[in-house]
Amino acid sequence: MSDPVLSVSDLNKRYGEMPAVDGISFSVGRNEIVGLLGPNGAGKTTTINMILGVLAPSAGRILIDGVDVARRRREALARTNFAAVYAPLPGNLTVYQNLRIFGLIYAVSGLRQRIEALLDQFRLRELRNVKCGVLSSGEQTRVALAKAMLNRPHLLLLDEPTASLDPSVAQQIRALIQEFARREAGGVLWTSHNMHEVEEVCDRVLFLSHGRILLEGDPRSLPRQHGRRSLEDLFIALAREPLAPDVAEHA
Amino acid sequence: MPSFKRIAAILLRQYYLLRGSAARVVPLFAWVTVDIVLWGFITRYLNSVSHAGFNFVPALLGAVLLWDFLTRVMQGVTMAFFEDVWSRNFLNIFATPLSLGEYLTGLVTSSIATSAVGLVVMVLMATLAFGLSFFVYGLMFVPFILILFLSGIALGIFGCALVLRLGPAAEWFVWPIPALVSPFAGVFYPLSVLPTWMHAISWLLPPSYVFEGMRALVAHREFSAGLLAVGGGLAVLYVLLAGWVFSRVYRRAVRTGLIARYSAETVN
Repeated sequence: MSDPVLSVSDLNKRYGEMPAVDGISFSVGRNEIVGLLGPNGAGKTTTINMILGVLAPSAGRILIDGVDVARRRREALARTNFAAVYAPLPGNLTVYQNLRIFGLIYAVSGLRQRIEALLDQFRLRELRNVKCGVLSSGEQTRVALAKAMLNRPHLLLLDEPTASLDPSVAQQIRALIQEFARREAGGVLWTSHNMHEVEEVCDRVLFLSHGRILLEGDPRSLPRQHGRRSLEDLFIALAREPLAPDVAEHA
Repeated sequence: MPSFKRIAAILLRQYYLLRGSAARVVPLFAWVTVDIVLWGFITRYLNSVSHAGFNFVPALLGAVLLWDFLTRVMQGVTMAFFEDVWSRNFLNIFATPLSLGEYLTGLVTSSIATSAVGLVVMVLMATLAFGLSFFVYGLMFVPFILILFLSGIALGIFGCALVLRLGPAAEWFVWPIPALVSPFAGVFYPLSVLPTWMHAISWLLPPSYVFEGMRALVAHREFSAGLLAVGGGLAVLYVLLAGWVFSRVYRRAVRTGLIARYSAETVN
């Protein structure tokens, strides 16, 4: 088996005495889509921010493609990209301008051709010269994903990429991300509150609560293993009683 | 090794924003034009009533021009930074391979371009409309501009650090910085008129050396190139110091999660 594209060990983030992320370890393999699940405040976004190098861990280690984010930040981040619902691209720039600027920042070679390919792939050609601020939620998400694919990342981090999208657009976005994981040999870490989506897309899920990983496994078989009818039921049970004995036993 | 592509990305962003917005282009020259016109007429009036044979144009109008240049340089840096604040772009920008040095160099480079526009407009206005002759300053005009440029860069980077540390609302601390510095820098009067405690602060400010030198040249008094070199040295020191402060503030923001929250807090 090849080395994981993301390897997180004993990752810890404390704000004073309060642990936001409490010693988690996990990995993401190539061509793998891993779902990071958990209730609000579980530590999902904190974990993603630490992987992106915009939040310093209190302890632990993050390797992207074997490159330590803390020591060789630039090298690690050159292999990474992300899209998050709370980080839209500047609305005062057009789709093309945003892609060009971020393409330069990621030092993408053959940038012009890469942008043209992404405009087609994400059906953005007609919006090429439209300012991002006037795009619909779905269109903005497609632009954010096009930006996230610019540098053909080895690791793609997606924080609720389909939040606020209608089911049809969300389905298209899922298909594009699945295609990326299949064709580009990249790994994807995906957070979502849509359990049906997670079952459809993710190869593996991690349940996070109070900064700890409580469960890990195949989203299609995990509910049965824990006596629940669906992933959503399991999510609710974990969110309400995160440290219940049967769960803690499996954690 | 800094990447020119990444620095160019920051510069290109500013170019795109300027190209698409008259509201960003007009202030590059509008306020400095108003200042030159206003002070041009004031100096004319002072020349007509003083009867002392002293020409106020190079002393006062020249001072306004040089001070406005410093202000434009500072605002060139802070405005480029504010674009990221206003568009909540920190997460997108700082979760990339872009280094802090490249980011700041991009801000400074864009400031060179925008402040040059203001400088050219001011020089043309002052020369053509009010007869300001730069021959009075001679070659010293070059170090004057250089020291003021470095001082503007230092103030700009320091202003960015202030906003990064205190949040977007601290923008209002940044705009008046030049006005707070100007009484100490002796823009319009010799430092000798200041009380001792202000005088002491003045000698810590590189622009003070420029304006003292400028007045000495205009009055055909002895001019100390050594003192100007001290001003230049201080300006370089302050640029490095401002870069260090920004880097410290940035590292703290990464430690506390402020960088991520700058984008996320308005959504959650």
